[in-house]
Amino acid sequence: MAEPESEPKKAEDGEKAEPASSLMSTLAGVFDWLASFPLGLLAEIGVMARLMFETTMWAIRPPYRVSRLIDAMEFIGVQSILIVGLTGASVGSVFSLQLVDGFRRFGAENQVGSVIGIALARELSPVFSALMVSARAGSSIATEIGSMRVSNQIDALTTMSVNPIQYLVAPRVIAGVLMVPVMALLFNLIGLGGAYLVAVQINGLDGGIFLERVRWFVDRIDLWQLLFKAMVFGLAITLISCRQGFYASGGAAGVGLATNRAVVQSAVTVLVLDYLITSLFFVD
Amino acid sequence: MPGPENKPEAEKTEAEKDPIQIRIEGLRKSYDGTEVLRGVDLEIHRGIINVIIGGSGAGKSVLTRQLLRLERPDAGRILVDGVDIVPLNDWQLVPIRRKFGMVFQFGALFDSMSCFDNVAFPLREHTKMTRKQVQTRVMQRLTDLNVAHAAPMLPGQISGGMQKRVALARALVLEPEILVYDEPTSGLDPVSSRLVDELIAETSSKFGVTSLVITHDMASVFKIAHRVSMLYKGRVEESCPTAEILTTKNPVVVDFLKASGVLTA
Repeated sequence: MAEPESEPKKAEDGEKAEPASSLMSTLAGVFDWLASFPLGLLAEIGVMARLMFETTMWAIRPPYRVSRLIDAMEFIGVQSILIVGLTGASVGSVFSLQLVDGFRRFGAENQVGSVIGIALARELSPVFSALMVSARAGSSIATEIGSMRVSNQIDALTTMSVNPIQYLVAPRVIAGVLMVPVMALLFNLIGLGGAYLVAVQINGLDGGIFLERVRWFVDRIDLWQLLFKAMVFGLAITLISCRQGFYASGGAAGVGLATNRAVVQSAVTVLVLDYLITSLFFVD
Repeated sequence: MPGPENKPEAEKTEAEKDPIQIRIEGLRKSYDGTEVLRGVDLEIHRGIINVIIGGSGAGKSVLTRQLLRLERPDAGRILVDGVDIVPLNDWQLVPIRRKFGMVFQFGALFDSMSCFDNVAFPLREHTKMTRKQVQTRVMQRLTDLNVAHAAPMLPGQISGGMQKRVALARALVLEPEILVYDEPTSGLDPVSSRLVDELIAETSSKFGVTSLVITHDMASVFKIAHRVSMLYKGRVEESCPTAEILTTKNPVVVDFLKASGVLTA
């Protein structure tokens, strides 16, 4: 007699327990999903910090491969001159065109030189040149190192007692830190040239006033800001690109993914770092 | 070649007199909770061709990666000439790695360098040889392996078999004591496979190096091996001279030999 009574009770308990456990598993899934992003970000920062540390340690240890460094500087810097120069000319001239038109509406076109000078030095030159170098050289670095990883060439280096971080990563990171500032300066010069051409030669502004405004408003600290930002961006771009390539896996598709990540992460990192560094420069 | 096999007996150190060059004890390695090596115990004999056989997923390549310390094992010891290499760091591993030459499955030649530069690479990195000396040594190795004509070519411009020869030349150029071959005949046609087998045997006898060949090609095993060890599910099932493996009673080895067509049902 007891059994028929207890069975429906058990079933009832089961019905109550099932939605509860289902709710718990859903909540756990949501929590996992919410936690995965910050945890992934922290893990990525950890990997980058470790790579940065190892790169620094291996960069200061002999042997010093000067030819590898020169090759990397040539690749990251010299081969980026065309694209950085083109972008600089385009940004400078378009910016100038917009400012001349805008400032004319309230008779302030004499300020075009000052605004362009400051904007180029503080923001446009380091950010645009870093993005261009990232698109051209960063993607290439990730692809090259990634291909070496999936075809065992990095393992081959290790078995030959050549540290792959010292051989592959350190020269590229040093070259990035050295050459992105040079690219940013080049961008600045060409951008100013393009802006001058559009403002003075095409739109008839006074050339002397334009240059005087640039000289008057652009301080030494603005150039330091340009150089500092470009160095940090150069470090970030090359480190991210090397990291993506170095830890690539999964054959050709994995290399493609690594390249894609290198470019996207570099761009986002440059923009975030730009804000952080700019805010540092505004702290009294 | 100044390998220990070629040294007079009196000049050999205690470690070099030991017929076992590498001892692997209780080696374990897991990936994401999956145990691939489950306590490998193995002895690699000095100056002969040691072959490790086993099916796909048996842990052969993982074992090679631990042996060359491309990865750190979870547990166990790897004694190379009496030195446990498991706890060593990258700096301490340099002299140990100098004892090894590795021929990867697909060569792993640097594709941005010519074949000459690939072979010259270890010399330029680790010796103070002059340009002329490097040139002479590299061409000598490439000539030994019948690929001198490939010297100016990029690896992508030569066949798979030639790439393996160039990779072997690169592995040999620093005159290592131990040569490790990972699947040397996989993906090659029968003629190229035979050539590679001959090359391994010739290299072993000519230079007196200890060879460790990872393969599942049983035809190669019986052509070149002095000792065979079988890896199965992350453990060494059998390790014996080549002739003895045919008479083994170990059911796992017998099954593998039957499946390979070496033994008939």
